[in-house]
Amino acid sequence: MPTAPIEFPPPVDSAKEFVGPPTDPADERIEVGVAIVGGGPAGLACAIRLTQLLAEEEALMESLGEVPVALVEKGKGPGSHLLSGAMMKPSAMQKLFPDLPEEDWPTYGTVEKDALYLLPNGKRAIPLRPTPPPFRNHGNHVTSVAQLGRWLAQQAEDAGVYILGETAGAKLLVADGRVVGVRSGDKGRGRDGEPLSNFEPGSDLIAQATVLCEGTQGHLTGAAIRHFDLGSEDPQQWELGVKEVWEVEQPLDRVIHTMGWPLHFAAKYREFGGSFLYPMGEDKVSMGLVVGLDYRDARFSVHDALQQLKGHPLVARVIEGGKRVAWGAKTLPSGGYWARPRQLWAPGMAICGDGAGMVNVPTLKGVHYAMHAGMFAAEAIFERLKAGRMCDDLSNYAAKVEGSEIEKDTYRSRNMRQPFARGFLVGGAIANMMEISGGRFPGGRWATHDDATVDVFIGKERDYPKPDGKKTFDKLSSVFATGNATRDDAPNHIRIQDKVPLEVALMWQNMCPAQVYEVPDEELEAAKQNGNGKPDGGHEVKLQITPSNCVQCGAITAKGGRLTPPEGGDGPNYQVT
Amino acid sequence: MKICVLVKEVPDAAVEKRMDPNSKRLDRSGEKNLNPFDTHAIEAAMQIREGGVADVDEIVAVTMGPESAFRALHKAVSLGADRSVHLTDEALAGSDVCATGYALAKVLESESPDLVLLGQQSDDGECYTIGAVVADHLKMPSLTQVIKIDVQDGKLRCERQAEYGYDTVDVELPAVISVGDAINEPRYPSLKAIMGAKKKPLDTKAAGDVGIEADRVGEQGSQTQVLAINPPPEKAGGEIIEDEDTNETVEKIVAWLDERKLLA
Amino acid sequence: MSILTYALHYEGEFNKNSLGAVSEGAKLAKELGGEAAAVVVGGDDLTDELCATLGQYGATKVYRAKGPEGLAQPVVDAMAKVIQDQGFKYALFGGGLLGFEIGAGLTARLGAGVTMEVTAVKAQDGKLVAERPILQDSAIVDVGYVDEPGIIIGRLNAFDIAEPGSGAAEVVDVDVQLEDHSTKAVMVQRGEQRGADVNIEDADILVAGGRGLGKPEGFELAEALAEALGGAVAATRAVVDAGWYPYAAQIGQTGKTVAPKLYLAAGISGAIQHKVGMQGSEHIVAINKDPNAPIFEFSDLGIVGDLNKILPKLTDAVKAKKG
Repeated sequence: MPTAPIEFPPPVDSAKEFVGPPTDPADERIEVGVAIVGGGPAGLACAIRLTQLLAEEEALMESLGEVPVALVEKGKGPGSHLLSGAMMKPSAMQKLFPDLPEEDWPTYGTVEKDALYLLPNGKRAIPLRPTPPPFRNHGNHVTSVAQLGRWLAQQAEDAGVYILGETAGAKLLVADGRVVGVRSGDKGRGRDGEPLSNFEPGSDLIAQATVLCEGTQGHLTGAAIRHFDLGSEDPQQWELGVKEVWEVEQPLDRVIHTMGWPLHFAAKYREFGGSFLYPMGEDKVSMGLVVGLDYRDARFSVHDALQQLKGHPLVARVIEGGKRVAWGAKTLPSGGYWARPRQLWAPGMAICGDGAGMVNVPTLKGVHYAMHAGMFAAEAIFERLKAGRMCDDLSNYAAKVEGSEIEKDTYRSRNMRQPFARGFLVGGAIANMMEISGGRFPGGRWATHDDATVDVFIGKERDYPKPDGKKTFDKLSSVFATGNATRDDAPNHIRIQDKVPLEVALMWQNMCPAQVYEVPDEELEAAKQNGNGKPDGGHEVKLQITPSNCVQCGAITAKGGRLTPPEGGDGPNYQVT
Repeated sequence: MKICVLVKEVPDAAVEKRMDPNSKRLDRSGEKNLNPFDTHAIEAAMQIREGGVADVDEIVAVTMGPESAFRALHKAVSLGADRSVHLTDEALAGSDVCATGYALAKVLESESPDLVLLGQQSDDGECYTIGAVVADHLKMPSLTQVIKIDVQDGKLRCERQAEYGYDTVDVELPAVISVGDAINEPRYPSLKAIMGAKKKPLDTKAAGDVGIEADRVGEQGSQTQVLAINPPPEKAGGEIIEDEDTNETVEKIVAWLDERKLLA
Repeated sequence: MSILTYALHYEGEFNKNSLGAVSEGAKLAKELGGEAAAVVVGGDDLTDELCATLGQYGATKVYRAKGPEGLAQPVVDAMAKVIQDQGFKYALFGGGLLGFEIGAGLTARLGAGVTMEVTAVKAQDGKLVAERPILQDSAIVDVGYVDEPGIIIGRLNAFDIAEPGSGAAEVVDVDVQLEDHSTKAVMVQRGEQRGADVNIEDADILVAGGRGLGKPEGFELAEALAEALGGAVAATRAVVDAGWYPYAAQIGQTGKTVAPKLYLAAGISGAIQHKVGMQGSEHIVAINKDPNAPIFEFSDLGIVGDLNKILPKLTDAVKAKKG
């Protein structure tokens, strides 16, 4: 019997649980002008753009009260939960800081050379020349979004934005059909949710407009899409990226992308993805592996595949003699144009960036879209406020997106990801034709599918390398490297059915880069007994869950669970990812 | 009663700390945060205020440090302090324990507190000493590593773990008390308090403003100097077993113990 | 170049850590061509005989002052006076809470440089240089003193106690006028033992539990293993403070110092305050789920894994092995 994770949905009704009216007494509510949820590129660009526009409209600024712009961030601060490749296109930074020379940006500058390799196995690398257009990065900036976020936050604070770190947006406040703000998460609850001695309840933050910039797998974004029925008929899909930053002895002189090994080529595995190596100045390299979450083999693990990739001569050469200085993981939406929410706004609310699926998958670009979208939202809200109107109709935000490069680029590559569901080789051939034809061939609307609907099987044991603590690392030591200091007795923020068939359990265990899910030995043993001595699924096992390991990557939401924000300040504290 | 709480900005626990080989000081670049031990001191002040026995008029957070340290003060204020004082001056950079204690005592003198509270140690290495240094300058009684404070008859009844067990000590005010992390579970700041923190008064003071003699602080005024930074002695690394198959792991442990005749 | 140390006593006996400081002071004074002396502060139980025994560890003189016991500031008054009157160049302390407090107080009183958490002291060009490990022992700094006097506060038990010799120290009474503020802290109760008494110092085998045991009941696993091994159970300060285990079982800076044949650390990260209390153990085995736990850096055998899985099976296996 084929089994898919979707058959074991998480015990949660997000539209009911995470959307509701304000509950604090009216005189205790915190009133702000515009509330932004999420301190990533989208949220911070939105905040900065708003202050730029408001700076010229003193009366309007005054009318927004003591706190014209507030931004809540669930990590310790902006940047703590940010992770990306990343090669950033310069257009958004240029728009937001027109007078700032590019050499003063908080980035690692541009790189001249590009290379794309097909790895047929663990030894060989076939260069694909000339580098296909999606993989060309001339003029793009090597960027650590964790650092970019901190820098943008500084600009925002200097401009008067209230940045509230360690504050999760837990509930979307909706009254009379319009979004009126967000409620921050409670703090100081115990393992079973019970209030501890230092319990501090969340607060209602009331705003004229609320901008959801939560990034991938946005908690309130997901709830809002359900509540206001904003979703596309095509479900969103995700990819999971695991990355490391290495201090290296030799500078890397080019941007490198690879496809193929260590992913399986055969169609039945549906393993689609690739790796990247970006030079971060002279002494560091950002490297990672990104894989679509519609893969099927429960034994597959992105984290371990990345460790394996480091054994390939092409990669080993780069990191030889170096030292790992950072690690992290994050999903990115890959459904592209068709899977984007049908409507990017609801009365009083706009959705920006990764949360709205604004990623161009073939080129692995999204940071600048997020910033553009944040700025568009700021401009749209400003227009409404300036006209003395409520922000009930933010269709002007959607119009700005539709007239922008976000729309143009993602439309062009609208069908490029979907063919890979047919396996790497067939998919690659179709996508290649799409690229050559500028997206016109074969045209039409290629449907996306929900990652959780894909059947899972238990394949053969993979030959992942045993971590040596120098070049290859296990999951736990990697989690510790993120600075994750979540209390051991924090409540479980992951909604999941903990009793599932072995193949689903193993899939979660291997998928999670942070070792949150484990199939206990005795459960595995029992499953083997039941399955004629082989762990061939069918038998239900009870998972052990360690939510304090979680680095908020979001993969579980794609694969049949539901991630919610942890207590504000928990999770990783990424520095250079 | 007026309580001053000494706080400090330290490198965040997530940041890998290293020594700057040139200045021979801790490299303080990278993310910083309020020293976690200090949050216990602020909480102790709040519990005295809320305890009802003493009438606490004011809780003032006091720090000495570079410009960026105002963030630690904001955090302290969001946790309950009414206002804050930031002693910052180029001349103070590189101060050792002796010079730091003197400078802090001078800024505290300008506040005339009835009680000075501080965390017993800081995440970046200094431990158990600053409280006693400050107290001697201020000529106040002092205890360190206190895990319980009760206000009784205008005095403090303090408990701490000392060499021979738990000691209970009565201390007259004004006094300097450094607290351990076992003393309480610090509260979380409410969203209102975090937002309000920016609006609470913050006095920035230079060394001269509080009568600090320049030759007693900074690198010049320090009585110690780091002569060298050396790697720790090589230790033969122990064997490490990653537990994959617990039965096998246990077998290995038992064999290891048996080889060393520890199972006799 | 003479060195002054402080010797703490309790119920008619000197503290071991203080005897280490006296021994170290005598050794260093010899290298500098000076003498080592000790200050003691207390009441009538500081008899001539008791004070003279410090001579066995190399002190030539013992300065005895009347004052309350167990508090730092009266000792600061006494030591400051002796240093100023007699011209001592260094003050040396073993670790422990009072050593830190007295050393810090003297720093302020004398405007002197101080180094704490010192693990070794060396004589260099006629001066003392203190070695202090920093950043979780990842580096060691050599600290010198610009001027004298210099103050050195050792890490707990950093200094070895010398084999007692036959010398007797000269006992000199000093009359110290206590500072006003030194009289404003009053000991109400000293050395109170909380929780059941456990004798961990004499055990050859210790199973020590930390936060990693997860909950107070986690100690049942440690107790079962200790019983199988024929040892006792010890604990970290964190779990003692949390009330999971009695104070008498606490190891570390403010607890007991142990050196058993086997020290099995279960769920202990190995913070420095703990390390000082057990680093003398002959064999150190650590089980922790955090592969980066500092304890793995000084354990002989480290197991990265889940205590709840490993401890019960290990207990059974040890029982089986021992028959």
